[in-house]
Amino acid sequence: MESKTTRSKVLSSLSTASFPVLAVIAALVIGAVLIFILGLDWRLAYKSLLQGSLGTKKAIAESLVKTTPLYFTGLSFAIAKRCGLINLGAEGQVYMGGLFAAFIGLSFAGLPRYIHLPLTVMMGFIGGGLLGLITGVLKVRFGASELITGIMFNYIAIKLVSFFVTGPLKEPGDLDQTAIMEVSAQIPRIIENTRLHAGLIIALLCLVFFYIFLWKTTSGYEMRVVGMNRGAAEYSGISISKNVLLAMALAGGFAGLAGCCEVIGVQFRLFQDFSPQYGYEGLPVALLGNSHPVGILLSGLLFGVLKSGSNTMKMLAQVPVAVIQIIQALVIIFVAGREIYNLTKLLRRNKQLEKAGGMNGN
Amino acid sequence: MAIEISNYISMAIRSALPILICGIGLVFGSRAGIVNIGAEGFMLIGAFMGVVGSYLFSSAWIGVLVAMLSSMLISLIFAYFTVTVKADQVVVGMGINMLAIGLTTTLFRRLFGMNTEPIKIESFSPLAIPGLSDIPILGTSLFTQHAPAYLIFLCIPLASFILFRTDIGLKVRAVGEHPRACDTVGINVFKVRYGAILFSGLMAGFAGAYLTLGLLNFFVEDLMAGRGYMAVAAVVFGKYSPVGVMLAALIFGAGDALQYRLQAGGSVIPYQFLLMIPYVLTILAICGFVGENKGPAAMAQPYIKE
Repeated sequence: MESKTTRSKVLSSLSTASFPVLAVIAALVIGAVLIFILGLDWRLAYKSLLQGSLGTKKAIAESLVKTTPLYFTGLSFAIAKRCGLINLGAEGQVYMGGLFAAFIGLSFAGLPRYIHLPLTVMMGFIGGGLLGLITGVLKVRFGASELITGIMFNYIAIKLVSFFVTGPLKEPGDLDQTAIMEVSAQIPRIIENTRLHAGLIIALLCLVFFYIFLWKTTSGYEMRVVGMNRGAAEYSGISISKNVLLAMALAGGFAGLAGCCEVIGVQFRLFQDFSPQYGYEGLPVALLGNSHPVGILLSGLLFGVLKSGSNTMKMLAQVPVAVIQIIQALVIIFVAGREIYNLTKLLRRNKQLEKAGGMNGN
Repeated sequence: MAIEISNYISMAIRSALPILICGIGLVFGSRAGIVNIGAEGFMLIGAFMGVVGSYLFSSAWIGVLVAMLSSMLISLIFAYFTVTVKADQVVVGMGINMLAIGLTTTLFRRLFGMNTEPIKIESFSPLAIPGLSDIPILGTSLFTQHAPAYLIFLCIPLASFILFRTDIGLKVRAVGEHPRACDTVGINVFKVRYGAILFSGLMAGFAGAYLTLGLLNFFVEDLMAGRGYMAVAAVVFGKYSPVGVMLAALIFGAGDALQYRLQAGGSVIPYQFLLMIPYVLTILAICGFVGENKGPAAMAQPYIKE
């Protein structure tokens, strides 16, 4: 009997590790079937996807450029999740981070980089963090679910950025965009002749911070207790409101950094629709990574690679870029529905037990 | 002036309809304990398939039918994962939304290509009710709507009746409040929830088709603009009743129409702030009225049979 429980424990921990891999494989297989149904060559599609994302040094750098914002938005979902919240407002927070960074990045010409750059990054964090905090306040004060208010703020933030780049921050000329950020506010590139910038290092530091904060500090511990069991947290005197506010502010701040790094690290300008859904894509990153820093490190990279290879896939295999979105969506659904895996396992075990029972009877 | 008021009311009703139609379905889902963020995706599928159906069969009504069936199919996936597999409803809902964006974008490009010329589709045209539509202001705004509009307003008392006065409605509400008790008295919780979700899907498909075939008369990839989420908000704001949802949807529609009106009238306010009106209204509605009514007790909780 004892050996059986140990065995099932080992089995269950094995399945925890292998499950995300299975979910991704299943999503890729369905993606291939879909490409086949569209009358296109799925082998060529996946080959060009890999070639476009990992084929050359430049391609790898570009994949990391696409991975960076996903780390930030993945963390945004993860920290909210750890506190029992779902931050669907990450997209708006990305935009607010970009907007606030642009305010600082466009002004204070002549400021030394070691002051200007950190200041701009900080403002990016604050921009997103403020929107997250407002969402948290509405939840704590009025009981408004962060789901709906978060999504509504996404639309509002996107329109606010649109107002600024077509109005007060618009550079003279035909295009609706700001001027180029001051050089002292630009994040330096890590590898020459690529767009890979030091924002990746900020993202990695955030992953480390996330781990230390949640698992090595008292506030982080309290936040996890609130996330795991609200009743128990309240009973042991942990303030739910305080933790909800802190988690939402941090979640917004992380997402804000994604927008900030896009503006001062990749584009050097702010313009309309500058985030291709980075906010929403944080959800599959955090989910697949089980809201754990190592998991996010890996899943962010996976989705960065998929995203960066999708253009080559479109060029060489004529597969629409949106197929990647379908694959992402399937990953979300499969990971969320991980119980399927356990269900089939349970069925199999039941069958085996029946069999064993039958033999005993004989 | 009279014409302007009449146009405004008429526009408000038209803008409210997609949210209202979707909302009626969602009331049943919510009452059964389902948080359906996926409504946005269901509706998008409906909007797209409505265009496809109308294009293929040259009939807006067949478009609606195709849209309803397609959305119901997608909602079946949602139901399987949330009810049978017991996955997190919000997460699966967001997955469905992303899936819907991916699917419609891919299929739209594949079926209609990248040509800039809009495709010709059969859409609904206004249907004036003889006699009633001659009444000044109210008549011209209320009784020159599209045919589906009348159908929906007739459906509201019916939906109310089913939800509050029939056995089916009682089962739906009971399952949302206390699934365990329902199970003990022999109500099949899974079946009721599946039914409620499929009905939500059906109505969301109708709503989507109305959006493309009645309101916009075209399909673009980002046409939803959060209307599905607003329908979810309208259900909360409308206190989980069909009549409440109707009032909530009309308020959101009034905000939407106001924004059109101000834009057309050359307002001094930058248009981006006008576009924010419906979203700000939704947030205010959620903040102001949620506290009083928490909704069904078993909301968002998967039911696990013992």
